[in-house]
Amino acid sequence: MIFDIKKYSINDGPGIRTTVFFSGCPLSCLWCHNPESISFVPQLLHRQGRCLMCGACVEACPEGAIRLDFNTSNERTAESQNTMVPGAVLTDRQKCTRCQTCIATCYSGARQFSGREVTVQEVMEQVKREIPFYEESDGGVTFSGGEPLIQPGFLSELLVACREQEIHTAVDTSGFSNWNVFEKIRRNVDLFLYDLKLMDNARHKEVTGVPNPVILENLRKLVEYQHKVLVRIPLIPGINDDEENLVESAKFLASLPKLEGVELMGYHDIAQAKYEALSRDYKLAGTKPPTEEAMLRAAEFLKSYNLKIILR
Amino acid sequence: MPITDRIKTLREKSLNAKETLSSERAELLTAFYQQETGLLSTPVKRAKSFAYLLEHKHIEIYPGELMVGEKGPAPKTAPTFPELCCHSLSDLDILNSREKTSFHVEPATRRAYQETVIPFWQNKSMRELILNEMTEEWKAAYEAGIFTEFMEQRAPGHTVLDDKIYHKGMLDFQAEIDRRLSALDFLNDPEAYDKQEELRAMHIAAGALIRFGERYAQMAEEQAEAEADPLRRLELEKIASVCRHVPAHAPSDFHEALQYYWFVHLGVTTELNTWDAFCPGKLDQHLLQFYDLNKHGREYYEELLHSFWIKFNNQPAPPKVGVTAAESGTYTDFAQINIGGLRPDGSDGVNEVSYLLLDVIEEMRLLQPSSSVQVSKKNPDKFVRRAARIIRTGFGQPSIFNADLIVQELVRMGKDVTDARCGGSSGCVEVGAFGKEAYILTGYFNLPKVLELTLHSGIDPRTGRKLGLETGDPRTFTSFDELFAAFEQQVLHFVDIKVRGNNVIENLYAKYMPSPFLSLLTDDCIARGKDYHAGGARYNTSYIQGVGVGTMTDILSAIKKHIFEDKVMDMSALLSILASDFNGFERERQMLLNRTPRYGNDDDAADNLMVRVFEAYYNAVDGRRNMRGGEYHINLLPTTCHIYFGSVTGATADGRKAWTPLSEGVSPVQGADRNGPTAAARSVSKMDHARTGGTLLNQKFTPQVLANDEGLDKLVSLVRGYFKLDGHHIQFNVVDAETLKAAQANPGEYRSLIVRVAGYSDYFCDLSKTLQDEIIARTEHEGF
Repeated sequence: MIFDIKKYSINDGPGIRTTVFFSGCPLSCLWCHNPESISFVPQLLHRQGRCLMCGACVEACPEGAIRLDFNTSNERTAESQNTMVPGAVLTDRQKCTRCQTCIATCYSGARQFSGREVTVQEVMEQVKREIPFYEESDGGVTFSGGEPLIQPGFLSELLVACREQEIHTAVDTSGFSNWNVFEKIRRNVDLFLYDLKLMDNARHKEVTGVPNPVILENLRKLVEYQHKVLVRIPLIPGINDDEENLVESAKFLASLPKLEGVELMGYHDIAQAKYEALSRDYKLAGTKPPTEEAMLRAAEFLKSYNLKIILR
Repeated sequence: MPITDRIKTLREKSLNAKETLSSERAELLTAFYQQETGLLSTPVKRAKSFAYLLEHKHIEIYPGELMVGEKGPAPKTAPTFPELCCHSLSDLDILNSREKTSFHVEPATRRAYQETVIPFWQNKSMRELILNEMTEEWKAAYEAGIFTEFMEQRAPGHTVLDDKIYHKGMLDFQAEIDRRLSALDFLNDPEAYDKQEELRAMHIAAGALIRFGERYAQMAEEQAEAEADPLRRLELEKIASVCRHVPAHAPSDFHEALQYYWFVHLGVTTELNTWDAFCPGKLDQHLLQFYDLNKHGREYYEELLHSFWIKFNNQPAPPKVGVTAAESGTYTDFAQINIGGLRPDGSDGVNEVSYLLLDVIEEMRLLQPSSSVQVSKKNPDKFVRRAARIIRTGFGQPSIFNADLIVQELVRMGKDVTDARCGGSSGCVEVGAFGKEAYILTGYFNLPKVLELTLHSGIDPRTGRKLGLETGDPRTFTSFDELFAAFEQQVLHFVDIKVRGNNVIENLYAKYMPSPFLSLLTDDCIARGKDYHAGGARYNTSYIQGVGVGTMTDILSAIKKHIFEDKVMDMSALLSILASDFNGFERERQMLLNRTPRYGNDDDAADNLMVRVFEAYYNAVDGRRNMRGGEYHINLLPTTCHIYFGSVTGATADGRKAWTPLSEGVSPVQGADRNGPTAAARSVSKMDHARTGGTLLNQKFTPQVLANDEGLDKLVSLVRGYFKLDGHHIQFNVVDAETLKAAQANPGEYRSLIVRVAGYSDYFCDLSKTLQDEIIARTEHEGF
């Protein structure tokens, strides 16, 4: 099950890539950019900005779970800054049975379900279309999510299919997985994009919902098996940008035999609109992206540990 | 290298001078025709008028200039061509006062028109002759905006020079003409007399250009004599020696080569107001033989090129009015300089002058001349990356062409492979064999309008006039194919009307408006003793440019899906929704916009329909015979015509509101391509570009995507990938919508903001509001 395929993906590995986003993730990071991807259950997204407030979904819903609220102020939401019609559609997500009737009737496409079952063939059909661009740019496919390792069978088949087509593959992972899964797929992966969020276990658990020892251990093993690994650190103000965490991260990374590099990615708040579309609270609301200066400072710091830093 | 102070001054002057209409040429021409009442053949009379113009026009050498010569009496002055289009006083007033692309008209100019020009040329211009000869159905279709006519105010153009002037002086041309004259066979060749007159005319024209050079030489000598500054004096002496040597003789150095080209440029654009001015073609290859770092430092050559660039920028396009102004609403005269590509033997054409020219483009940052890189798989990535660095600075230049595909296109259209390799693109994106082909753009063709007529069985719903065939009430159609077949019939019908008109116009130009100077520059006019307008060129192509492929595809996709497949709407409902311009039908409009497979997303459901539209148009046009011994071919580009065509086309089934712009070039509908630039490029590449004479794809990027070298490399890969898929041309706007919106709100602060329109760049603030909005609406690609 996937929730999206994005082409001309230029920030998830080398060259021009297609990123396949898997549904399902064992983590629940406060800053998650793809909150619709965490659950395996298809998630209803309602993008108010595109909504006509025409009421077609209200009429169509067999559960009576939807209503129009013309009194809701649009100012609150980022998504609705360009709203066509003022007001809001409110969906009682308890009542919703995910029958998708409202999706079929929505004229503007404001309502969508995220997450769909697809076959390996269907994914590959899309992936193969971009081969000329991979070839010209030394690009390929990135499997991301969600957490791709959570669907090991599907991921493994896709990796094999890519290998058959001689398409470069990257797997973007949180690393929170049983080593068996890595063992199953690692030989068909050309590059791992490996997230390193927080070094302190208790704090990691607090903000991602899972402990981190297994993540660190898997990372060490991958590197020891001489896989190409690009570590990615999302720099999130107030979460992991403190000096202690940077020191610990740097020490740990410097202790690994060989890395492709460390990508430092500044947090950004564009995911907020998605939280609104899912009618969920965004716990990091109000957190500002790190300043360029803060990014550079962190990069310089990490560099002092002889790490190859790439700024995003 | 830093720009020298004098170049800065000349550049500033060029930028700040107001476009002004000059009646000088019109008055001189009138005087000539009033005096010259003897019995002369038409070509000879035209040649003599050309000589008269060059002998009497005002010339000047401005302080600090290295290159000399202007088309008008001063920089940014635009001569007029009353023999082609005699502007009325109200035309002059409109030109003077209109909000965009206005031309200042002095009271003295207006008076000259009133007293001298109009009384003489009224009812004698080609424009009047042409409109007089067109059929009622042609006029009706023209007025309805189904097609436009390029030759209505301007002469056939797309004239690009090959390398011949760099090894032949005008005296050499004359010697060749003399040989042909003495070989004429008056006993057996029924055309011998016509050939004689044409050749004599060419001879006169060549002599006229030599005389023009001498006038400048003399002026430079006089100025040198009076010059106090010893350095400037040396420069003036050099200018004098250059102008004594060229155009009479083949150039012997870089300076002479550029000045010779410039005299030729002025000659062609003084003889007639050819579309797309005139172009030097593959300038890097032509100049390489004169580029010698042992003789001068790089900065010497660079400064000469800077001067050369400013000369182009000093020449606004001839003033246009009416539909012609609407289809090409810009000061740009489309001279395009080709860089890179292939050499005649098929090897890599990139050389050190290529990089020098790219530096000059970046340093000058001028609208004119337009520039392009011709990218072959044989060219190094370094070259493409250098060009991409300029594109990143966001002024839409240079544009990027697929040199290998262009060779394929030209060979398919019957060119010898070497001639094809010596060819390239000109104007916006149109291909030709440089120096050997008269490839004439004849007008734009409004595909969505033809579909609109099909949906009304031949009636234009805007006016209620019946223009097309009665292909049946679409409400009775039971399948999509039935609708498509009706559309194909209508396309054929209007192409017939257009071609009939074109063929008459070609004949009128051949008979009444020969251009001996342009002819002597174009192979094989001298050998054949025939004019450029009469089939004298080695190759003779007529193009009709299709507009609105993206809009067409989305319309058909919407009709196919919602009416014939899902049946959620019927034809009669659609027609009344369109008639209401979606008033009260926003739900339906959103459905058409958002729930239809749309072109530009690598979605075969839509793209296959695009291919059908392409084939229908191709079949209607390609391979027809023109009057010059050549054939018709298609290209797909709009200049600004997608705005004009949109303004005459009602609401369409892709959710487009009435009178708003159509899609441009082969680009997807603005905002419809939502899967990134590679998916858009794949969609576009599904048409067979090799069977066109040029297609135009615009893409818009936010500056952030290209901020670092990695982004730049990915842009280069995108281009290479598109070309691997046999795409013809791609061009990028690197600017975000926020900037454009700010510029729209505060034009004063954004005077220098340059954007890519369609095949050319323009100042954003000089564009019409509709065109500004259209560019803002184009999909903005970001990195994911």
